[in-house]
Amino acid sequence: MSEKFDAIVVGAGPSGNAAAYTLAKAGLNVLQLERGESAGSKNVQGAILYADALERMIPDFRDSAPLERHIIEQRMWVLDDESFIGTHYRSEDFNKEPFNRYTIIRAQFDKWFSGKVQEAGALVVCETTVTSLLRDDKNRVVGVQVDREGGTIYADVVILADGVNSLLARKADFHPELEPKNVALAVKEIHFMPQEVLQERFNIGEEEGVVIELFGKITNGMMGTGFLYTNKESIAIGVGCMLSDFKDQKTTPYALLEQMKAHPSIKPLLAGGEMKEYTAHLIPEGGYKAIPKIVGDGWLIVGDSGMFVNAVHREGSNLAMTTGRLAAETVIEMKEAGKDMTAANLAEYRKKLDDSFVIKDLKKYQDMPDIFHSNRQFFTTYPELVNRSAHSMLHVDGVDKKTKEREIFSSFKQKRSLFGLMGDAYKLWRAFR
Amino acid sequence: MHIVVCIKQVPDSAQIRVHPVTNTIMRQGVPAIINPYDLFALEEALRLKDKHGGTVTVLTMGPPQAEGALRKALSYGADDAILITDRAFAGADTLATSFALAAAIRQIRKNMPVDMVFTGKQTIDGDTAQVGPGVAKRLDFQLLTYVSKVSSVLPEQGQIVVERRAEGGVQLLKSKLPCLITILEGNNEMRFATMPNMFRAARHAVKVWDREAAGITDEDIVKIGLKGSPTVVSKVFAPTPHTEPAEMIEVESGHPKDIADTVLAKMFTRFPAVAKEIAKRA
Repeated sequence: MSEKFDAIVVGAGPSGNAAAYTLAKAGLNVLQLERGESAGSKNVQGAILYADALERMIPDFRDSAPLERHIIEQRMWVLDDESFIGTHYRSEDFNKEPFNRYTIIRAQFDKWFSGKVQEAGALVVCETTVTSLLRDDKNRVVGVQVDREGGTIYADVVILADGVNSLLARKADFHPELEPKNVALAVKEIHFMPQEVLQERFNIGEEEGVVIELFGKITNGMMGTGFLYTNKESIAIGVGCMLSDFKDQKTTPYALLEQMKAHPSIKPLLAGGEMKEYTAHLIPEGGYKAIPKIVGDGWLIVGDSGMFVNAVHREGSNLAMTTGRLAAETVIEMKEAGKDMTAANLAEYRKKLDDSFVIKDLKKYQDMPDIFHSNRQFFTTYPELVNRSAHSMLHVDGVDKKTKEREIFSSFKQKRSLFGLMGDAYKLWRAFR
Repeated sequence: MHIVVCIKQVPDSAQIRVHPVTNTIMRQGVPAIINPYDLFALEEALRLKDKHGGTVTVLTMGPPQAEGALRKALSYGADDAILITDRAFAGADTLATSFALAAAIRQIRKNMPVDMVFTGKQTIDGDTAQVGPGVAKRLDFQLLTYVSKVSSVLPEQGQIVVERRAEGGVQLLKSKLPCLITILEGNNEMRFATMPNMFRAARHAVKVWDREAAGITDEDIVKIGLKGSPTVVSKVFAPTPHTEPAEMIEVESGHPKDIADTVLAKMFTRFPAVAKEIAKRA
């Protein structure tokens, strides 16, 4: 005998958990299916948690969620081979509650989130892979088929929160195969060290954390960035570049990470730590233009599966949670109004997204991927030039400052030509506008 | 036919490491699994149930998280699950554990007679193989250890025939019921849970018993947990890894006989005891 639910959520990452939680809280009969051994066992993130998206669902999350440190300082480093130039922003204001950003360890956080989903009343079944979507004679999605005996399960609506690869959506022809230029491959390590050492090294207190964004020659000219986050007693360090770039350069991600860790400005930060975890994951970074169709008859797509990642600001899990929540709210509205889960009715989800920061932000940076793809000087020439300029100005050698300025300017002109410089400035301005 | 399967949630020993400085076992972040040997016991019990009908109850003692192991056992097809958990059980060695499990099984029997108790041959974290026999003794059940296969069960006659691995062969043993059987690894493979069973496991209310519910009186409190455990772990240490470098042996002539002679001569110098032994036998 097959079971029937109001909704089936496929996947137990941030978007799936947000959807399942919101649906269950509203009293719907929800089944969440996760292929991993437990919720979160397939997930990888830096990880920074932006409080807002979670707070809208679970206002008191701070009381029980496993949080590492709240961020009080943001560093942005542009690296050359031997140096970096950057900005640090630190504010006592970030020490005022409620805090806005936290470092988290996803394995723990996801377990907590899944517990909340279960408390809310959703039935969570792990180690079960959805192999295909069930359709009726009008091609509407009416449920799922899983990889177990007796695995035909029906539902009014299926929410696909099955992650960046979204094998299910692809199999159902909801979106085409991912293009290597639209996904980044990121690798990450966690290095453990005593809490006191870490706090002293980063000049932070018991609960305070630091974020370092890394940019420049560390990616060997590939489009991508690195990061370093402080957890309670560990450091998460990672780097991600577009898959197409790894392919063209024939570089391996771990070699790139090794190289980054050996950088003279980064190495001392990790000294004495013990590497305990190595993970890798794809990140959908195609931006606004790569968003697939996200609603249909009986189905919705949320999270990474819908390309909802803001690569410029390194935001993803908050977009995931927000899309999950908005999809769920759409379903709840239809259910309450007694409307069918047709594509036309569920289109309300798209409207909600358009009105939210999710689509507004992605739209704002829609040209960014193309610009960076075709203008590699941003990852190589400029980092080198600004570092050299700083070096030149700080190196006291009897040459007057005016001459140094002239030399710096001509070095820029030589590398990029006046026309190129102005063009780059214009492109960046357009992209960020 | 009612089979009680005792299982234990253990840290996945494949992922445990010893701290390089303090020599203590680092359990942090190590996933908990059902003791692999217990899965063979559970599968054997489920096969008997498939064949003869009846009920399979899984029982474990452990912290509240051990419920995860029971739920997994339910998904494979166990009918009921009982977790005995209490601060009073903490720090138990094999003696105290078998006392507590035996008490819980007596409680289970009050609702439904127990024909057999199955356990894995040992756990991968303790490696003692003592708890099964301890439970059998306390329940006054026939004990059958190292059983590779249950050949036949005749519940009406109260009889069971099993294959038991023994030195140099296999024993075919007939025993009366009730009995406790510790099952060997490798003779069956845990089934892939069906979707209806996954649903059932997710919804099933695991019975959680504290000390009293498990039938242990105030007066017996000294027989469980740390108080009931005469075993004292005086020291935990990691074995020193062998770091002797390999030695290159060069033989100029390159003739096989010369190579063999040189290698043997080297070995005999290095291990004189071996040389003596060989000389004695020659």
